[in-house]
Amino acid sequence: MAFTLYTLIQTAILCINAIAVLHEERFLSKMGWGADQGVGGFGDDPGVKAQILNLIRSVRTVMRGGVVVNSGGYRVLQLLGERICDNASWCI
Amino acid sequence: MDLPHHGYRATKPRARAAPPAGDSVLFDDTSSAPPVMNSQGFYTPGHNMAGPPNDMHGGSAVNNLFTDPMANAAMMYGSSIANQGKDIVNKEISRFMSVNKLKYFFAVDTRYVLKKLMILMFPYTHQDWEVRYHRDTPLTPRQDVNAPDLYIPSMAFITYILLAGMALGIQKRFSPEVLGLCASTALVWIIIEVLIMLLSLYLLTVHSDLSTFDLIAYSGYKYVGMIFTVLCGLLFGSDGYYVALVWSSCALMFFIVRSLKMKILPSISSDSMGMGSNNKPQLRLYITVATAVFQPIIIYWLTSHLVR
Repeated sequence: MAFTLYTLIQTAILCINAIAVLHEERFLSKMGWGADQGVGGFGDDPGVKAQILNLIRSVRTVMRGGVVVNSGGYRVLQLLGERICDNASWCI
Repeated sequence: MDLPHHGYRATKPRARAAPPAGDSVLFDDTSSAPPVMNSQGFYTPGHNMAGPPNDMHGGSAVNNLFTDPMANAAMMYGSSIANQGKDIVNKEISRFMSVNKLKYFFAVDTRYVLKKLMILMFPYTHQDWEVRYHRDTPLTPRQDVNAPDLYIPSMAFITYILLAGMALGIQKRFSPEVLGLCASTALVWIIIEVLIMLLSLYLLTVHSDLSTFDLIAYSGYKYVGMIFTVLCGLLFGSDGYYVALVWSSCALMFFIVRSLKMKILPSISSDSMGMGSNNKPQLRLYITVATAVFQPIIIYWLTSHLVR
């Protein structure tokens, strides 16, 4: 499996996009992963679940205005990638 | 009248090659060598003087270069521009990563490199795995053989790429794009591994002093094992490859577990509240073991296509 840096960037954008589109009310609260449910422990070691919830919330906050831009950017990357990779046989 | 002009025009681009007064180390001083007398009148590099008719005055032309005020001014200007460029580059780079922290990882010497390579290949007899400190700052690799460094991983990475090219050439499958592909694949795997390590350390709130560069260093040590494996595969065929793979995998797993155990797993009396790690110390152990198990998988993945 041959990776390129372009593949890595693509993967990273898709993953961040996937985390950013998780809806707060419809989905996360139903599963018990809402923003108000994880901040219980104020000890010096929040648990794994609290850390994951923090991470999801911060990614969503950072990418608040950026999901649309992200999807558009991914499409642009794909087009660019096709242009770069179309005449090299080893490219994915 | 075009002879002096020719001289001025010729000295302006060469001004960058002649350093003033010896305070700039960017350029080598090649202009002080005695000029070679060419009877054919070619331009010799190093004292690019004005043209064939001026050739027999080559010796005095060099003196003219230094006493000529115009050339002096041009040299000063060129060197000041070079210094400014150097400052700008330094400032931009230090915005992204601290150069001092990076310098710590490259402060190695020959004795350290040899001992470290031996430990990487045969870690079973090494007794003391603690990283020694000196008033809260870790010792440089020159003084402490347990300290991670970035010299060995970067050299091993480049050697691995060259070896991969050679191995593919032996199998008649070489082309320059494959070399670039191999390099970027290996680089991407390192990035993935470092990101996963960082993510898992963050999720489990492991308050260790492992910085990003430390993780890059520990990930890069597997390239030494890869080089050894590929070499044995090339020299001794398929059997030699598997034997070397097993050997370097075991050595590398032992090395990683012993090195990271000190940093990730909590020591007995580290926590003031006495809670140890809230999240079951087994999770920290899992991280260490998972990192160690990941190494032979990657070694096999990145080298098996080189040795058929």
